[in-house]
Amino acid sequence: MTDAAPAIAVRGLGCRFGEIRAVEDVSFEVSPGELFGLVGPDGAGKTTLLRMLAGVLRPDGGDAQLYGVSVVRDPEGVKHEIAYMPQRFGLYTDLTVMENLDFYADLYGVPQAERRARLERLFHFSNLAPFGDRLAGALSGGMKQKLALSCALIHLPKILLLDEPTFGVDPISRRDLWLIVHEMVEEGVTAVVSTAYLDEAERFDRVALLHGGRVLALDTPARLQRGLSGEVLVIEVEAPRAARDLLVDHPKVRRVTLFGDKLHVTVASVASDGPAIERVLRDAGLSVHRAHKAEASLEDVFIERLAG
Amino acid sequence: MSAQAPNDIAVAAQELTRVFGSFTAVDRVSFAVRRGEIFGFLGPNGAGKTTTIKMLTGLLAPSSGRGSVAGYDIGAQSEMVKRNIGYMSQLFSLYADLTVEENIAFFSGLYHVPREKRAARRDWVLEVAGLTDRRTRLTGELPLGIKQRLALGCAVLHEPPILFLDEPTSGVDPLSRRRFWDLIYTLTAGGTTVFVSTHYMEEAEYCHRLALMNRGKLIALDAPARLRAAATEPLFELKTDDSLKTVKLLQRMAGVREAAMYGRAVHVAVADRAQARAEIPRRLKQEGVALHGMDEIAPSLEDVFVFRVREAGGAPVD
Amino acid sequence: MARKEAIQLRRDTRSLILAFLLPVLLLVIFGYAISWDVRDIRTAVLNQDQSAHARELLDAFRASGYFTFRSDLARAQEIGPLLDGVGVQLVLVIPPDFSARLNAGRPAALQAIVDGSDANTATIILAYTRAIVLSYSLDAQLQGARVNPPVTLESRVWYNEELLSRNMIVPGLVAVIMMIVAAMLTSLTIAREWERGTMEQLAATPVARAEVVLGKLLPYLGIGLVDVVVSAVLGVWIFDVPFRGNVLLFMGLSAFFLTGALGLGVVISALARSQLLATQIAMIVTFLPAYLLSGFMYAISVMPAPLQLLTYLIPARYFIVVTRGLFLKGVGPEALWLQGLLMIVFAALGLGLAIRSFRKELG
Repeated sequence: MTDAAPAIAVRGLGCRFGEIRAVEDVSFEVSPGELFGLVGPDGAGKTTLLRMLAGVLRPDGGDAQLYGVSVVRDPEGVKHEIAYMPQRFGLYTDLTVMENLDFYADLYGVPQAERRARLERLFHFSNLAPFGDRLAGALSGGMKQKLALSCALIHLPKILLLDEPTFGVDPISRRDLWLIVHEMVEEGVTAVVSTAYLDEAERFDRVALLHGGRVLALDTPARLQRGLSGEVLVIEVEAPRAARDLLVDHPKVRRVTLFGDKLHVTVASVASDGPAIERVLRDAGLSVHRAHKAEASLEDVFIERLAG
Repeated sequence: MSAQAPNDIAVAAQELTRVFGSFTAVDRVSFAVRRGEIFGFLGPNGAGKTTTIKMLTGLLAPSSGRGSVAGYDIGAQSEMVKRNIGYMSQLFSLYADLTVEENIAFFSGLYHVPREKRAARRDWVLEVAGLTDRRTRLTGELPLGIKQRLALGCAVLHEPPILFLDEPTSGVDPLSRRRFWDLIYTLTAGGTTVFVSTHYMEEAEYCHRLALMNRGKLIALDAPARLRAAATEPLFELKTDDSLKTVKLLQRMAGVREAAMYGRAVHVAVADRAQARAEIPRRLKQEGVALHGMDEIAPSLEDVFVFRVREAGGAPVD
Repeated sequence: MARKEAIQLRRDTRSLILAFLLPVLLLVIFGYAISWDVRDIRTAVLNQDQSAHARELLDAFRASGYFTFRSDLARAQEIGPLLDGVGVQLVLVIPPDFSARLNAGRPAALQAIVDGSDANTATIILAYTRAIVLSYSLDAQLQGARVNPPVTLESRVWYNEELLSRNMIVPGLVAVIMMIVAAMLTSLTIAREWERGTMEQLAATPVARAEVVLGKLLPYLGIGLVDVVVSAVLGVWIFDVPFRGNVLLFMGLSAFFLTGALGLGVVISALARSQLLATQIAMIVTFLPAYLLSGFMYAISVMPAPLQLLTYLIPARYFIVVTRGLFLKGVGPEALWLQGLLMIVFAALGLGLAIRSFRKELG
């Protein structure tokens, strides 16, 4: 295997459930050691795509190769190279933390001699060591998710497939989880991670924006942000919702969305359109506290792409 | 209406406590939520948020302390409390094998919506959920974001003055989440009080006031902007060529309170501003990390959350 | 895999209780409830003769221990109301000329009127009655002056000398219980992984299908064998059923039978994907055929031909031959080789199907 060969090559991959085309004609490549993001709304096909890559769901069109092994011809062969973490915990809640780890070590055939060292490493990231004897069912959500990730990582996989790993996890555990993922990527593991949270998407080397089973856009987060047509004007204004309703039909406004208590207004040029927009708000009796040009966030891009 | 709660207080908790065996899940928590307010409830997993919500909604009796919802005592008048609230949990309680209309009809019955009002309420729910043309679809076939709006619609069929939402948007994409919050604002504009727990700071920004819980205790309570302003620890954003290595280096440095990756950048909270400005670049250079930028920034809500939880003894581990 | 399953099983008190208590419960309930022996036949007598012969005959009935005499009737009109009620099952009518005819060396008649609403019981009552009358008339003939050696039917019953039906039931029951418990226990195990969502993670590991299936079967095979021993011991101990065969042979064949039944449970579990559905299917697929079509409840030879053919597909049919043979006859491998072979085939089939049906794929 040369360095130039992709870790994952997806070609024309598709899967339908009855009438619904969950994934349709998806193609992309992931380089070894890349942190690759799958971002999209619910039902976009993120989970279906990851399941096919993990060899647990048979595609009905196209193929994907993981380090040269085809998920269609040899789904079992794929499983030696990957760690897959489904969205629902694959943990046995009636086993303890250690028993879960041991069980997955058995399944992946990790030699006894190597287990101690691996466990110590995983415990170092996850801070789960003091809870070895606790039943997995008695852990909090964040701890469970860290344990699930540790179980998937016990066999030093080449490819990591994570389906919304931060689902329902608080910000502190989320930081720990991402640190583990970055650490693995640093060591050369290729990671494909799905998320519904766009603030997380900025971590990825490249992002595939999925919608309706298709890839709408695929690029680095920075280039996706630059690719937004127009510029973003951020306005801090009193009664932001009323302000939005005022601007939504304005001819110069391509899009207006609320981010917390701020308005993001997409216009062709902030320099030429900004003053007019501020005037609309002031004329309506709303006081504008602050208005400035800002970098488009991935969320702005996401909303534009979905709408377009 | 009971005497101790003034009219403009929708939800009040006084020294509310819940003990499970030797574990105190909620420890003397007090707060008051004004009518029409969106009150956010934050905290790490296991901080006691769900237990508090269960006590306030009359699903769980407090071990000690008092609470009132819509003027009714949560202990003595829990049935009256239930009549005056809408409740939606992270696991929406819709029946997947019923159609949209059948679910709405079922919840209308549960909430004793008067017969003559049912058709109007049903149409309202269909409209806010965007399901007017899909009213005979099976609920299980709907996308999560739509299901969630339907669940919210069903929870307010009886037009309750107070709405409790327990992590309502877990796993929902940004677009759907935004529509969901639009709906919440529509409700509060009509005078409804919303009590919502969430893990997502973006949502926390939407709330009028936030209560932060950790290890069963209330550790902060204020408006999002004021919470951010009140954070006293200097925070820097570092742009480097190796964020992971930077985080690991910083985590071992003296004077560093918190270091974490924030997208591609690194956020580091320090004890002393001047010392950090001198020490951090020197240390990174020593280790061969190229520093492209180091700016002091205003903390985000997530930063505030992490500081406060750490100050309060770290996240609960069980 | 087996170790994980064993740990989970140990923590799952409810399943464990079910696994050990269910066979005991079934055995005790069925052992006591199903009995084809009729005792304490409620009998009334209309004795119109009042002779010594008549008294002797009635004493013979009494001595048999199967009959309890409830009332003596005076007139034939009383018979109808008595049988219509639930008080009396049999009325014996001794005609006025009973002793006279006997003394004269002519055949005498004894009339037995039976409540036929329960046909099974009526047949049994009549059979008992006939046996007693037969033995009485033999005595009468032997005592009589004329030595006219009558054709006598000397019947002897082998293996179940006392013709106790529970000797038939208990060994059959052991087979039926094994089938139910085994299929029931495993039907839960894979369905549970689907329900809890652990199957997706399991499916994404390189573990072999056979390893998963065998790992799931082994702990249950252990439990099943313990159940076999418990129910056999209970049968011998509570119900006084003899055990005459070779214990090792019994355990060996039971192990094969169990493997087949457990495999069947896995197949059901893999297809059903929900625990509730799996138990229900297991109940229908195992209990009814094993109960009705195995020759346990109804003799196969009296079934309609299509049903008889169907019984060849019921593994319990063969295992019942094994248990009855080993309990009652004490036969060895020479008599059971065919059943033994079939047990092995059943085990192989069960395992094979189980491994085939378990797929490491979703959707």
